[in-house]
Amino acid sequence: MSAPLHELGFLEAADALAQKTVSSAELTAALLDRSEKLEPALNSLTWFDREAALAQARAADAARAAGDARPFLGVPIAIKDLLNVKGQPCTAGSNILKGYVAPYDATVIARLRAAGCVFVSRTNTDEFAMGGSTETSAYGPTRNPWDVARVPGGSSGGSAAAVAARLAPAALASDTGGSIRQPAAFCGVTGFKPTYGRVPRYGCTAFASSLDQVGPISRSVEDAAAVYQLIAGLDPRDSTTSPRPVEDVLPAVRAARDLKGLKLGLPKEYFVEGLDPEIEQLTRAAVDQCRALGAEIVDVELPHSRYGIACYYILAPAEASANLARYDGVRYGFRAEAGDLQEMYEQTRARGFGAEVKRRVILGTYVLSSGFHDAYYLRAQKVRTLIRGDFERAFARCDAILGPVTPTPAFRVGEKTSDPVQMYLGDVFTVNVNLAGICGLSVPCGFTAAGLPAGLHVVGPAFREDLALKIGAAYQHATEWHRKRPVDPQGGRP
Amino acid sequence: MAMKFSENADRMDARYVAGLARMALSDAEAAQLQGQLDDILAFIGELKQLDVSGVEATDVATEARNAWREDVPEAGLARDVALANAPLARHEQFAVPKVIE
Amino acid sequence: MSDYVPSIGLEVHVQLKTRTKMFCACPAHEEGTPNVAVCPVCLGLPGALPTMNREAIRKTVKVGLMIGSEISLRSTFDRKNYFYPDMPKNFQISQQAAPLCIGGSVEIEVGGQKKTIRVNHIHQEEDAAKITHLENSSEIDYNRASTPLMELVTEPDMSSPDEAIAFLTALKEMLVYAGISDCNLELGHVRCDVNSSVRPAGTDKLGVKCEIKNMNTFKGIHRALEYELERQMETLRAGGKLTQETRRWDDVAGVTLPMRSKEYAHDYRYFPEPDLPPVTLDAATVEAWRAELPELPAAKRARFIRDYGLPEYDAGVLTADPAIAGYFEATAQKSQNFKAVSNWVMGELLRALGEKGETIADAKIAPEALAALIALVDAKTINMPAAKEVFQILFDRGGEPAAIVKEKGLAQVSDTGAIDGFAEQAIAANEKVAAEFRGGKEAALMFLVGQVMKLSRGKANPQLAADALRRKLQG
Ligand SMILES: [Mg+2]
Ligand SMILES: [Zn+2]
Repeated sequence: MSAPLHELGFLEAADALAQKTVSSAELTAALLDRSEKLEPALNSLTWFDREAALAQARAADAARAAGDARPFLGVPIAIKDLLNVKGQPCTAGSNILKGYVAPYDATVIARLRAAGCVFVSRTNTDEFAMGGSTETSAYGPTRNPWDVARVPGGSSGGSAAAVAARLAPAALASDTGGSIRQPAAFCGVTGFKPTYGRVPRYGCTAFASSLDQVGPISRSVEDAAAVYQLIAGLDPRDSTTSPRPVEDVLPAVRAARDLKGLKLGLPKEYFVEGLDPEIEQLTRAAVDQCRALGAEIVDVELPHSRYGIACYYILAPAEASANLARYDGVRYGFRAEAGDLQEMYEQTRARGFGAEVKRRVILGTYVLSSGFHDAYYLRAQKVRTLIRGDFERAFARCDAILGPVTPTPAFRVGEKTSDPVQMYLGDVFTVNVNLAGICGLSVPCGFTAAGLPAGLHVVGPAFREDLALKIGAAYQHATEWHRKRPVDPQGGRP
Repeated sequence: MAMKFSENADRMDARYVAGLARMALSDAEAAQLQGQLDDILAFIGELKQLDVSGVEATDVATEARNAWREDVPEAGLARDVALANAPLARHEQFAVPKVIE
Repeated sequence: MSDYVPSIGLEVHVQLKTRTKMFCACPAHEEGTPNVAVCPVCLGLPGALPTMNREAIRKTVKVGLMIGSEISLRSTFDRKNYFYPDMPKNFQISQQAAPLCIGGSVEIEVGGQKKTIRVNHIHQEEDAAKITHLENSSEIDYNRASTPLMELVTEPDMSSPDEAIAFLTALKEMLVYAGISDCNLELGHVRCDVNSSVRPAGTDKLGVKCEIKNMNTFKGIHRALEYELERQMETLRAGGKLTQETRRWDDVAGVTLPMRSKEYAHDYRYFPEPDLPPVTLDAATVEAWRAELPELPAAKRARFIRDYGLPEYDAGVLTADPAIAGYFEATAQKSQNFKAVSNWVMGELLRALGEKGETIADAKIAPEALAALIALVDAKTINMPAAKEVFQILFDRGGEPAAIVKEKGLAQVSDTGAIDGFAEQAIAANEKVAAEFRGGKEAALMFLVGQVMKLSRGKANPQLAADALRRKLQG
């Protein structure tokens, strides 16, 4: 093997381990070495334990030597610091979970563990996944490997940056309003948000329960499909998971070469002012590529998409205000010492939560409070119905929808931190997919003149993960964007 | 009962709502948050332009129904594991500062 | 006639008898050792999600069916937000927008007066953890957290403490009957929020409502209501004003006191629980659950009066406990003498059970045996004292009454020859008493009957003994 071990993707690593050209211990050690070298510049990881990861890798190697032929045995994967892995800290990027060690595995973790994967590191996230830049993390901002002066996107910026910088072949992430797809676009990697109810949320620290969904960030659509396949499917511990069986999508994804016979919709609402001209040009070029691959491109309308962000910034904070009420210093995590219980609550939460979390908890509390519930929360629920209806009508005319993932390329660290509304507008193309509960894929589709990646958004109907993945795979088969990698950043943080 | 919100019923009193959410705010924090929240409210207030009469609320995001469990006990967490994360444990229980009613 | 009319409404929380908790599979009703029935869900750990206990839902629907509620074919869960350390998530999963059971009513009777108490709805929710307040801190045991609760909310239809207690008693009886809950008050299975108001007689509009929180004994509720209604009326009579407030009952001082105003307690910010899909029931399921319902106490009482010709008192005692009622019926089926069966069950059987602290399930006396024992008495094979002796043996170790009578030689002596002999002995030994009888003192005969019984070691048929004595003394 000539290429360095850290260059192996998820499926490539599985093949190399199966052929015994490399051991899991060697691969894991290589990734940890690289993490130690690059983390000072990137800050994409919140935690790794060399000995624990290597012990897991050696156990996988021993099992393989004993004849265990599980296809993903010993393949390393990084985990967003929102998912509970038994025996590891799980902080959700927050000081309020300081000291908390997860006593149980999230269902997706249990499934990866059963597949034999090695949990090599935990990736940085905006605090409780609230943010679009990974700047709200208590661990400080993660840097974009393509330009360390810029953000990697968020909230799964740590997962996207770590995969882009080759600190792990793939990572688990979560997406509530674009938190997988937007950082994937900013970091030039592939990110996939499955349909709501497709992947179990049990053990995924909740942000907004009706919108959260776990998915992979990887270097290719094939890798994303492989990880997706491992984690998807009904979970008796998550009552919102669908009982639909998960079909084996990997063969069709690997075989995808063209888009013949497919109608792909282009919403005019996604090409409006505010969209960066370079991003627009790169997206249109990608759409042309899809046409060249045989797809019929049709115009569709999503008339309520402009209300998506407002709707989202009511519903998500409302749910979050309840989900985050449990962080009170009673059973786990940080506790501020105080003379009585009320003061303990107020000080624990005042000091444990960062500014963005406070903002959203207050906002969410307000939109639910008596006298305001109907004007904000209930109205937003109705708008959500309209947005879902838009997609239903659009999917009657096309098989999937194409568009940009983000309105701009990665912005500079600190550029938007003081203006929440500007930050929230960055979710304009992604939130509607969460509100509608459908699936969305982000694939790299080129670079701006400044060398920053852009992403093509492939939005599929509910439970048509197969379709979104096949479209993305055919596109990647015809293009090289996803094979580009950033130059290793040097030194520490700028 | 104290006035819940300021005179202008559409304006959120950040400090009052933070109290509902059990978060103390410093004066500086309250002032900054108040401004930002006013901006956000102005922005999300655009939903009021939309006519939603006759539209049903999406109160359920999942297609699943009756995901119920049979009444069969399962082992949970061992007590020492459950208490291991507690900031303060006493008498095998989670201890908190005194509650003033 | 009083100048003010009280209105009382109850919010009754009842722990359901299930094996597991409402939203996780931890064992429910784990008492004693703290924090041994806990898991990520009921501790509110990050990432944990609730799952619904089907049995709890079935039990709540059955309560609705018993009281004539409309069963919601689609019901949803909501989050009720408030901070308290006994609530691990700082919200309670409850039902607000679409509860499982809507409407319904319960019949009560106070002082011979029947009354219908309307029920607004019944919803499903989860219990809180147990918190122990110490001097400088509090300690929390999460075993109870997420135990299934049904909350039944009445209309303010009760107008006296007695009516409130009658309602709770009727409800409790029903729930125990149908196996919904053990309703053990000491264990906190039933807890009430008690709402009350008074309004001037002759007016319709309800007065200002006061809520007494978290009452868990019937006696306490009665006393608290008596105090509270009087307090409200006194306040109004003195020209004062009442404010809507939450109060608590101080059992030692015997007063209700305002709770230190929970500043934000009124704003629960309900919204749909996103982690639980709706419960959808079809008519067939509801009908199948209805078919599992037992006959309710009131119906059973009426049937006992009608079919067994029992006095109302007997029917009430026998049906108070479904197991006792079942035992009565099993015995009655083998016997012709229903009233005797009732007497034995209400008398000897309940006494014996009480003495041993046993339930009917532990009793060794089979219904057939009791019926046979009654038949022996009716046939005058044995007399009552002997029958009681046989009963005790049957109760302690079971068996066949006829065999025991034989084994113990308890059969009544109805042989006139033998009784004549005892009569002669009795007269001979008590000449003075015999003379008194002859002299017209009728009561003296009873003494001599007693002597005959004594001589026969209790086995003589007392009627035959009296006949023999009379014959010999007058002859
Ligand atoms: Mg309640
Ligand atoms: Zn539990």
